[in-house]
Amino acid sequence: MTNMAEDLKAESRLLGTGLPPNSAEEDRRTERRRSPREQKKRTTDLVIYAALVVLVAALMVPFIWMVSSSLKENNQVLTVPIQWIPTEFVWSNYTDIWTRIPMMGYLQNSLYLAVIITCLQVLTGSLAAYGFSKVRFPGRDVLFLAYIGTIAVPWQAYMVPQYIMMQNLGLTNSFNALILLQAFGAFGVFLMRQYYMTIPDELCEAARIDGLSEYGIWARVILPLSKPALASLALLTFVNTWNDYMGPFIYLTSNRLWTVQLGLRSFVGQFDAEYAMIMTGSVISVIPILAIFLIGQRYFIQGIATSGMKG
Amino acid sequence: MSTETIPSTVAPAVHSRGNRKQARRNTLIGWTFILPNFLGFLAFTLIPVLAAFALSFMEWTSFTAPKWVGLANFQRMFASDSFWIALRNTVVYAIGHVPLTMALALLLAMLLNRKLKGIGFFRVAIFFPYITSLVAVAVVWNMLFSPDNGPINQFLTTIGIANPPGWTSSSDWALPAVIITSVWRDMGYYMVLYLAGLQAIPAELYEAAEVDGASAWQRFWNVTIPSLRPTTFFVVVMLTVSSFKVFDLIVVMTNGGPGRSTTVLSQLIYQEGIGEGKFGYSSAISLVLFLIVLTVTVLQFKIQQRRER
Repeated sequence: MTNMAEDLKAESRLLGTGLPPNSAEEDRRTERRRSPREQKKRTTDLVIYAALVVLVAALMVPFIWMVSSSLKENNQVLTVPIQWIPTEFVWSNYTDIWTRIPMMGYLQNSLYLAVIITCLQVLTGSLAAYGFSKVRFPGRDVLFLAYIGTIAVPWQAYMVPQYIMMQNLGLTNSFNALILLQAFGAFGVFLMRQYYMTIPDELCEAARIDGLSEYGIWARVILPLSKPALASLALLTFVNTWNDYMGPFIYLTSNRLWTVQLGLRSFVGQFDAEYAMIMTGSVISVIPILAIFLIGQRYFIQGIATSGMKG
Repeated sequence: MSTETIPSTVAPAVHSRGNRKQARRNTLIGWTFILPNFLGFLAFTLIPVLAAFALSFMEWTSFTAPKWVGLANFQRMFASDSFWIALRNTVVYAIGHVPLTMALALLLAMLLNRKLKGIGFFRVAIFFPYITSLVAVAVVWNMLFSPDNGPINQFLTTIGIANPPGWTSSSDWALPAVIITSVWRDMGYYMVLYLAGLQAIPAELYEAAEVDGASAWQRFWNVTIPSLRPTTFFVVVMLTVSSFKVFDLIVVMTNGGPGRSTTVLSQLIYQEGIGEGKFGYSSAISLVLFLIVLTVTVLQFKIQQRRER
């Protein structure tokens, strides 16, 4: 019986006519035909899926708790037992915070710093990377070694000389200090060079024969080809600058210049019992990063993989 | 035809002069590309790095002129218990942070290295803590760790631990609290590195092992672990270096306290150098920090080389 039914169905499918096969039956049939090995794979997949769901949920607890607390009254935050969903959603936290602390000013400062530093880093980094990878001249490799060498030196080891220098230039307590310190990082040059090394030299040769100058090759051949690397570097720099705490902490003393990170930290210091509002501020400081990350997650991961694996 | 022959007859005569001219032109062009970045790099990275070395042999505070003192800074440092406490805390932090992050990152990468529906979501979710702002991370975890009604201690009580630790308010538990937070934050990053490493392992290796009858566990130890050695080397170096540099997380989470129980080397450099203006003395601590990082890197490099042989 079953054999005949199967034959019939096979024929109908072959001919492309007849009723579409009953999907439940189809499943059962494939189940039976599936080798034990494949079946085993399916069960492990299910187990792993379940494990992943539990694991990721556990790892996301701090975020869930942060968002949930930001929608509570202060005395509802640290309750026994934990309330995962607020009994009453206090949306007013999100409107009050703008008047409680100059949050808008902080956001503007962070954005200003992050945009300027990212633009300068991407521009100077990709120019220098071209010099280091596509132009041959004596002393180039020694110079590049100096760049690599400083990546290995912990930043904390030379922050004091940097600070003395900025103090003498009269740049402490200004954005310029941070821009100068962070816009010419060796890391950007390194990341871009790693990528440019993968672009075949023949492309540049061909462009040279076509009469393009080196600057033309950089602008018209290499830049368009390196969009993924540029995106990686831009996103990583932006996020690093936005999240930076120590730089602003050392250099920006007046409240007017504070970034989101400094503002949030000082709010916590002053009003350490305003749990809900602190969480609201935290959520607001994370949202821009979340948005950027969701748009460009591919480039983050690629950037880490290139700069990491070839280092 | 003729266009091809002309250069070969003319070239030798002009060759060396043309080459030299070309080399000079290339040098000029190369430098114009590098210069915009190099000026900033020279002034704000390279010179400060070199200055840090020189400063560590000088006595210089914000009130006095610099004076060469040889090893006096180092003598003072080795005699001060703040230095030894900070060094001890930094080492303890590294000992906790490196293996835990590595193990979890590898575990996550192994779980996530397969084609499953929605696997991308899991990867992104696990990576996200790494790019979340540090202040937000520290603030949230500080509250999670809050000793009385904090969610973590509530959880510990429900699973039967009668006296859960005081975490950031206790000098014994503050450092473990910081380590847990930093492991949670960093593992996504190293997971990405391991994922790249796992995807580079040829599938044939596993198939061959399976044909030979190796169990999943044996395949893990005899195929996965050896194939991942270059990745592991890189991960260990990066993790160790970043552990010795730990700074901002501690400043925001505990600010070195309670007491001096979580003070680390970077923080000591900041306090002595920028806080109190002892430029020379703080640079001596910087030099020690740099030497530790360098030694660890070179040592791991040597171990890696010997294994490969």
